[in-house]
Amino acid sequence: MVKLDVAIGALNLKNPVMSASGTFGYGSEFDDFIDVSRLGGIILKGTTLEPREGNPYPRMAETPFGMLNAVGLQNKGIDYFESLIYPVVSAYNTNVIVNVNGGSIDDYIALAERIDRLDKIPAIELNISCPNVKKGGMIFGTNPSSAREVIKAVRAVYSRVLIVKLSPNVTSITDFARISEEEGADAISLINTLLGMAVDTKVMKPSLSTVTGGLSGPAVRPVALRMVWQTANVVKIPVIGIGGIMSADDALQFLLAGATAIQVGTASFIDPDTTVKIIDGIQKFLEDKGFGDVNEIIGWINRS
Amino acid sequence: MVIFAEKTLLMAKRVEYFTVRDNRSLNNDLFILELTGNHKLPELKPGQFVQVKVEGSAETFLRRPISIHDVDYGSNSIKMLVQVAGNGTDRLSRLEKGENLNIVYPLGNSFSIPDKDKSILLVGGGCGVAPLLFLGKHMKSMGLKPEVLLGFRDSYRVIEYEEYESIGTVYLTTEDGSRGEKGYLTDHSILKQRHYDHICCCGPEPMMKAVAVYCRRNDINCEVSLEHLMACGFGVCLCCVVDTVKGNLCTCTDGPVFNTKDLKW
Repeated sequence: MVKLDVAIGALNLKNPVMSASGTFGYGSEFDDFIDVSRLGGIILKGTTLEPREGNPYPRMAETPFGMLNAVGLQNKGIDYFESLIYPVVSAYNTNVIVNVNGGSIDDYIALAERIDRLDKIPAIELNISCPNVKKGGMIFGTNPSSAREVIKAVRAVYSRVLIVKLSPNVTSITDFARISEEEGADAISLINTLLGMAVDTKVMKPSLSTVTGGLSGPAVRPVALRMVWQTANVVKIPVIGIGGIMSADDALQFLLAGATAIQVGTASFIDPDTTVKIIDGIQKFLEDKGFGDVNEIIGWINRS
Repeated sequence: MVIFAEKTLLMAKRVEYFTVRDNRSLNNDLFILELTGNHKLPELKPGQFVQVKVEGSAETFLRRPISIHDVDYGSNSIKMLVQVAGNGTDRLSRLEKGENLNIVYPLGNSFSIPDKDKSILLVGGGCGVAPLLFLGKHMKSMGLKPEVLLGFRDSYRVIEYEEYESIGTVYLTTEDGSRGEKGYLTDHSILKQRHYDHICCCGPEPMMKAVAVYCRRNDINCEVSLEHLMACGFGVCLCCVVDTVKGNLCTCTDGPVFNTKDLKW
């Protein structure tokens, strides 16, 4: 039997496959299709202190091999999460991770403190890279000093595993990876969506109500893979690869480039069983190649 | 997020391959795709939809949401009435008998079924007539007596008239007057002559808004089936939101059928 478990700081994942935030709801939406507990971890929908209605419709545009979204962190806030969602997600036999968002550093601190008290949430993903909100989000993730400040502040109040989700909308992704590591992050995940836009020529208007939005899907995969490879070579903390992963082969490319784990995002919209198919595909690859442990292939291409 | 409460009431969603049984063009824009399930169909409800995967093109990355037009449990098949609107639906219109299609279903809520003593009118415009055939047949099988009001641009675009006649009396309008009464659906004389208790409506949004206004003025319970851009179809992408009196709701899981009293129309 091939060993598939990997470590993200103190967090043990039974396999390197997780769901990406905002593409997996709270897990239960997938219960009809898959056994959610098979995943290495699930990253829940981005959560904020207060409820958010998100951006006006239209919030989505299909683009070649991908899509743009401008959802804008619609969620019911931490109180609702704690009372109604937490009891349900706690039943999953996997790592349930909350994606944490804020409009200010105080928001991030308050939210991290609240979630630190939830025993069944072993980690948070600090989202400093959402491109679809006016306040906070990507503003923190694209300015080195703001990024440092928010990571430091959250690290000071959050005792469990801290994953920082990075934005690709920067000149040097490695700078943000280093800052995350220096400020005590246990891991980094990347990439969040690439800022993009589309125009509907039929009505001669932007396709999204916000004009710009976040591009995801296989269209962004080569960019994501490059950034994962770059960061994996400059930090010692684990890197979680995200960006257009649709198949086991795609996932393996990220592992070989240095990612310790991966997240499946947009693919789950189209084929809700993608995550478990990828777990099976990774296992088969390892068996076929004669590896006994997935950790043997992580960063394979970077070894001389 | 409503998922938790409703889950037990809904049929389990699934991903399955269907085989094309027939693909028939009705006019330049519309075609009927008939699919046979390779597994036994679950109980489907009028108003529900399926997410169809359109293989083999960079431009058709996402699935296409299409409402269920008719169901035949005997032959284990479903029909979809589809309008060619872009690359995806164009490819679907060219599918040949025997080809396979990957589908996620059943998705969404359904039209509510009023009590037997209520007078019901099904109102459909253009391609929006699609879910009303399944709904009308279902209502009839339950002993209800719905009537039907259909609106099209011109006589050439009138589709499936006989199918709707099998449900009950059909009233017809065309914008150019080439068949039935001239004008929009909401201009039809039956709406002045008769007071219905319940209206189920599907069609272009301006038409549904006009019907909603008529229903509000005349104190008629009104349900509409909305069509919004969506990525997943099962409540996770949050792209297909509708601005309602209860906040942003998902067309795919909270709808596609909404009571117009909940919409800000």
